[in-house]
Amino acid sequence: MFVMYFTEQPMSAYPADIGLQIGHTALMFSNKYFDPVAGSRLYNEYLEQYIYAEEQGVEGFMLNEHHNAPFCMQAKCNIFASILAAVTKKAKIVLLGNPLPLAENPVRLAEELAMIDMISKGRLVPGIVRGGGQESLANGINPAFNRERFEEAHDLIVAAWTREGPFRWEGTHYQHRVVNPWAVPLQKPHPRIWVPGVLSKETIIWAAKQRYPYIALNTSIEATKKIWELYDKTALETGYEAGPENRGYLQQVHVSDTEEKAERNARQFLWMQGEFTGLAHPVWSNPSGYFSPEYRRQFVEFAVGRAESPRGRPTFEQQVKDGRIFYGTPKQVIPKLRRVLEETRPSIYGIWGNDGSVSNEDARTCIRLLGQEVMPAMREIGKELGLKDPFEVDAPVHYRYSTDLKQLPQAAE
Amino acid sequence: MAGWSEHDFQLGEVKLHVWRGGGGRPVLVLHHDIGTLERLPFYDVLAEKFDVIVPRHPGYGVPERPAWLRHPRDLAALYQWLLADLGADRASLVGLGFGGWIAAEMAALAPRDFHRLVLVGAMGVKPPDGDIMDQAILSYIDYAKAGFHDPAAFAKVYGDVSTDQLVAWDLCREMSFRIAWKPYMYSQTLPHLLGGVRAPALVVWGEHDRVVPHSAGEAYQRALREARFATVANAGHCVDMEQPDALARLVTPFLEQN
Repeated sequence: MFVMYFTEQPMSAYPADIGLQIGHTALMFSNKYFDPVAGSRLYNEYLEQYIYAEEQGVEGFMLNEHHNAPFCMQAKCNIFASILAAVTKKAKIVLLGNPLPLAENPVRLAEELAMIDMISKGRLVPGIVRGGGQESLANGINPAFNRERFEEAHDLIVAAWTREGPFRWEGTHYQHRVVNPWAVPLQKPHPRIWVPGVLSKETIIWAAKQRYPYIALNTSIEATKKIWELYDKTALETGYEAGPENRGYLQQVHVSDTEEKAERNARQFLWMQGEFTGLAHPVWSNPSGYFSPEYRRQFVEFAVGRAESPRGRPTFEQQVKDGRIFYGTPKQVIPKLRRVLEETRPSIYGIWGNDGSVSNEDARTCIRLLGQEVMPAMREIGKELGLKDPFEVDAPVHYRYSTDLKQLPQAAE
Repeated sequence: MAGWSEHDFQLGEVKLHVWRGGGGRPVLVLHHDIGTLERLPFYDVLAEKFDVIVPRHPGYGVPERPAWLRHPRDLAALYQWLLADLGADRASLVGLGFGGWIAAEMAALAPRDFHRLVLVGAMGVKPPDGDIMDQAILSYIDYAKAGFHDPAAFAKVYGDVSTDQLVAWDLCREMSFRIAWKPYMYSQTLPHLLGGVRAPALVVWGEHDRVVPHSAGEAYQRALREARFATVANAGHCVDMEQPDALARLVTPFLEQN
C-alpha cells in the first residue's frame, strides 16, 4: 500500500466575496486579485509542509497543476517537483500530473522530468493528465485536439526516454527533426506513469491498455467500482489481469486532535463555492471538442442552464454521507478508510488533507497525524487485505514490458 | 419563389451537402461559423435573380467531419472543386462572417476566376483595431445572439433555441476550433495575397457588428484592388439574418453588373 499526501495548494488569500459577486473564480477571474505577497508566503508554507510531511513519515507527495484560478497555486508541477527532489530524501514525488496537451514541445518536458528523476535519485512518478478545458483555454491550446495531443505527446515522451537518439519524430501534432535529449531518466526502463481522472471512460480504457495505474479522483464508492469494472474488463481484453497495483484513489480526509476542529477544517473542502475547481462557465471547463461526443446533448443543455450539472453540487453533509469527505481524529477516520480499502481495493492512496484557508498550524497538525497514525494504519490494513502497490510487486511500467500476458483469443487463431 | 433542391456531392473523402435554388448567374454563398438554417429569406431573395449555391461547411452542425481539415484555406480549395464539378464558371462569391474568410481565400487563390466578391462582416484578417470576438468563452446562445444588434431579430430567426440547435452549434464550434483556433479566425498571410484579386469587391459591415470589428472590413477594402465599403444600419454581425432585404438591395445590383 502506497499512501501519499496531497493538497491543491489553495490561494486562500483571494477575495472570495468578489469572486461570488462576479460569478466566476476561474479562467477569466482577473489576476488583479492575486496578491503576490500572500502568494510568496503560501508557496513557502506549502514547501515547508512537504518537508515536514516527510519528517512525519509521509512516503509520497502528490502534486498537480492548474491555471488562472485561486483553487490551485501550482502553475507548473515540475517546479515544486524539482525543489522537493533536492530538499527531501525518501518520499516519492508523484505528479498527477503534467497536462500533456499543453506541451508545445514534449521533448523538453521529457528532459525536465528526466532531470527531476535524476536529482531525486529515482523518486519521480511522472503521471500525466489531459488537463481540464480551462487549462487549454488558459494556455491557448486547441481543446478539439486535446486527446490527440495527449496521446501523441505521451508516445513522444516515452520514446525520448527509451529510444536511443538521435531519432526523428514526424507526428500529427508534433514534428521534431532531431530527438536526442542529453538527459534521460534514472529509473529504467522509464519512471512509472500514473493517470488520474474523474469522468471520461476513454481515459480509463486508455490507461488500462497501457497498463498504467488509474487514480480515481474523489469519486463515490459506487462510481469507483464502475471505474474498476471498466478497467479490469479492458485489462482482460488486453491480455493481463488487473489488480490493486493498477488502482489508485484520491480522497478528501482532514484529521485533527478533535472532531470539532476537524469538521470545521473539512468544510474548507467546499471553499470554492462548492465547486471542485471554482465557479466557471461550463463552456470553459468543457470547450467544444474537449469532451466525449456521447455527452454532447447532455452537456449543451447544462451549458445553457437548462439542466443540472452532471456532477451535481452536493452539500458538505451529503458528501460526508456519501463517503467523499472524511474528517475526525485518526481513530475516527481509520475505520472509514478501511471500508474504502475493503470495498474498492486500491493500492495507491492519495490523501487530500488540507484545502481552502485551513491555517498553517492546523495543516501541520493534520500532516503530523496522517504521517504518524493514519498512514501507518492504512499500510497495515493494506497488508492485511493484500493491497500490494506497483513498487512492492514490481509491476511492469507499461504493457509492453509485461511478462505475464495471457494469450488472447484472436492471437490464438 | 424559386425552387430549392438538396444535393450531396462526394469530393474525395468529403460528402458535401448543398442547397441550390433559383437560376441565372452562379452565386456561391458561404455561411457563418454558427452554421446555417436550411433556408433564409436572404437566400430566397438572391434566388429570385441568381443560381444560388449554399454548401454546408463540412462538419458544421453534423457529426461527420473530415478529420484532416486544418485550415479555412482547405475549404476554399474544396469549394473550387465543387464549382468545377458543377461547371459553375465565373461564379460570384458571397461570404458571410466566417464564410467571408473562405470566400476571400478562394478569390486570392484564383484571382481571375470570379465575377464578383461580396464580403459581409468577414473574418480572415487581423483587425487593425479591436479583436474578433472569442466564442470559446461564451455560451452557445450568447455567441449566436452577439451576432445580432436587436435580440428580437435573433428570436425571429432562431425562436426558442432547440436542443438540436444547441448540439449543432457545439458541432460548428468544434469544427471552427479544429480549423481556425490559432491565430483565432484570421490568416496572417491572406492580407498579402488579396492584392491580386481581379473581381470587384463589395465589403459590407453591420453598423453594430460586435463580432468582427469594422477595422477588419476597412483592411479588406484597402488590400483589395477594387473594393467598396458599405454599412447596413440596425444590423449586427449577421447582416444576412438581421437585415436580409437591406443586404440584398446592396448585393443584388452589384452581382448583376457586367
